[in-house]
Amino acid sequence: MTSVPGTTRLEDEAAWHVGQTWQPPSKAQRWIDVLFRRLCVGFAALTIVLIALLVFEIAVKAIPAFREHGLSFLYQATWDPNKGTYGILPEIWGTLYTSLLALFFGSAFGIAAAVFLSEGYLGEAVFKILKNFNLHFHPFWGKLPDRLEVLLKNLIELLAAVPSVVYGLWGLFVVIPLIRPGCNWLHAQFGWFPLFSTDLSGPGILPAVFVLSIMILPTITAISRDALISVPPKLRMAAYGLGATRWETILGVLLPTASRGIFGGVVLAFGRALGETMALAMLVGNANRLTVSLFSPANTLAALLANSFPEAGAKEIPVLMYAALVLLAITLVVNMFGALVLERAAAKSEAK
Amino acid sequence: MSDSDRVKAKPPSEAETLLHRAEAEAEKDPFAGVDFAELELSLYRPRTLFSIILSWLVTGMTLLALIPLFAVLWMLIWRGGRKLGLALFTQLPPAPLEQGGGFGNAIVGTLIMVGIATLITVPLGVLTGVFLAQAGASKLAGAVRFSAKVLTGFPSILAGVFAYGAIVLATGGYSAIAGAVALSILMLPTIILTSESAIAMVPAKMKEASIGLGATGTQTVWMVLLPTAMPGILTGVMLAIARAAGETAPLLFTALFSNYWLASNGRIDLMQPTASLAVLIYNFSGMPFKNQVELAWAAALVLVALVLITNLIGQSFSRQQVNQ
Repeated sequence: MTSVPGTTRLEDEAAWHVGQTWQPPSKAQRWIDVLFRRLCVGFAALTIVLIALLVFEIAVKAIPAFREHGLSFLYQATWDPNKGTYGILPEIWGTLYTSLLALFFGSAFGIAAAVFLSEGYLGEAVFKILKNFNLHFHPFWGKLPDRLEVLLKNLIELLAAVPSVVYGLWGLFVVIPLIRPGCNWLHAQFGWFPLFSTDLSGPGILPAVFVLSIMILPTITAISRDALISVPPKLRMAAYGLGATRWETILGVLLPTASRGIFGGVVLAFGRALGETMALAMLVGNANRLTVSLFSPANTLAALLANSFPEAGAKEIPVLMYAALVLLAITLVVNMFGALVLERAAAKSEAK
Repeated sequence: MSDSDRVKAKPPSEAETLLHRAEAEAEKDPFAGVDFAELELSLYRPRTLFSIILSWLVTGMTLLALIPLFAVLWMLIWRGGRKLGLALFTQLPPAPLEQGGGFGNAIVGTLIMVGIATLITVPLGVLTGVFLAQAGASKLAGAVRFSAKVLTGFPSILAGVFAYGAIVLATGGYSAIAGAVALSILMLPTIILTSESAIAMVPAKMKEASIGLGATGTQTVWMVLLPTAMPGILTGVMLAIARAAGETAPLLFTALFSNYWLASNGRIDLMQPTASLAVLIYNFSGMPFKNQVELAWAAALVLVALVLITNLIGQSFSRQQVNQ
């Protein structure tokens, strides 16, 4: 090809000025580009492969136990390695019971904290105080309300940052001695009531639930707060304009509009509670017992794994893998459901 | 102009005269006819009373929710701070009934396992994040994003079970490597999701300018997207590290525990049981010896300090990004 005088083809030009920034990508650079793209896709696909691998690895190791014990494993209540009878009904019950109780308290306090944060109560109160001193537009003090709001939000997130084994330690040496007299009084007075039918002699369901609800609270608060904040402001304005009080607005407009997001957060928190291990292994008491009493020791699937795995014999490993598979199935279903609900909620609020 | 003339020309209707009169009155007293008692935030009105009570209730519940955080921190400083000293960091865990001792090997073990897990997950997670941010709405991207979200809620104990089956059984022994693999499963989703959102937040015009100048996609990623998104990515990495450092369950039967230093004869052996702070707290908290329990509290203080400092560093990175 001949080039028109005065204009040169870019590649001809580049050959004369190797290393100039305006030269087109060289062949090697284009190859690197293709390889890098493939690498990214490959790594991304690994995430999906990883989930499949996790399920496969645990399922394969559980096959011998599944063949031997079948489905009776799920509804038998005895765990006796000497006789070779294994059943995890008490563990399944304990897992669901503690998680649901923790979810109840965690949601109540978590959603309350989300409302407190999204309504800006703290900022408002600090602003009012500053106004009394006529400092509300001061370059330093004027920023205080916003800063305190952020600080409060971070403090609640810090609750999730404390490792669960530290909560376990705290529960063991602080919470249990603290609540024991009250619990035993309740048992003495209202022992006929099923929830109080045993006394609290040490680890038990109530301290475990207490610590568990503290651990899932930040998840619920963070997701509910996001959902409440993304409610379009015009809805709030309209409610106020119609003469609604603050709480008529919150209960009638804000919470129903944000309900999908909040529900998704609660479901994810439920998944966390089901899989939480250390605090429960330390506080729930590891007793193979089917009970509704709040003060009785019990066991959960995760705590069973944590306590039995380190000293399990070759015969017990497949049985524990089977229990792990049950836990995996429960948490995967709950987590997928939660992620789906949140995805739908996000899609819906974008569509608005 | 002609329009307004025509309007003026018309004689005002009855409604209009009424309106004018009302406007004139309003100019005199804009709040005439408003019952102020009705508007007051009065405790005697059930509606406002209900609102005020709920406001106080929510305030109280939020404060109650924060009490455990301060109670835990206070107990850590109160009970763990007593033992704090240099010996803790340089000595080995004591045998039962022995006095003194420390947990130097556990600190080293935690740092090494978290370090290996970080080395595994950062390339994997960040490049997956790059893919997700670039591929946007493709089907594969949707599936990967969903998997990452499901993995964030993956029970930590099951990561341990997986590493036990895949590595401990295969290599024939508990090891630091097995512990690191278990930790990396828990770190991966955090790093993927935070780097995706950090890269997606880079202004589109920067990316377009780079491609417009003739850069390849790879050059754009390395020279524009990653440097700009770096604070956000580092935040994610720090959060993941903080979480991994505190995890106990995945280490219980992958790294197990050890009373000795990781290095023997001047060589670091990663294929042997390894101590970690979290497992030390768990083991010692169940022992009937006072010295061990006190060491558990001191280890908890060190661990929480480590985790909180990592968290704060991560948050300071994200503040940098906001300031940009």
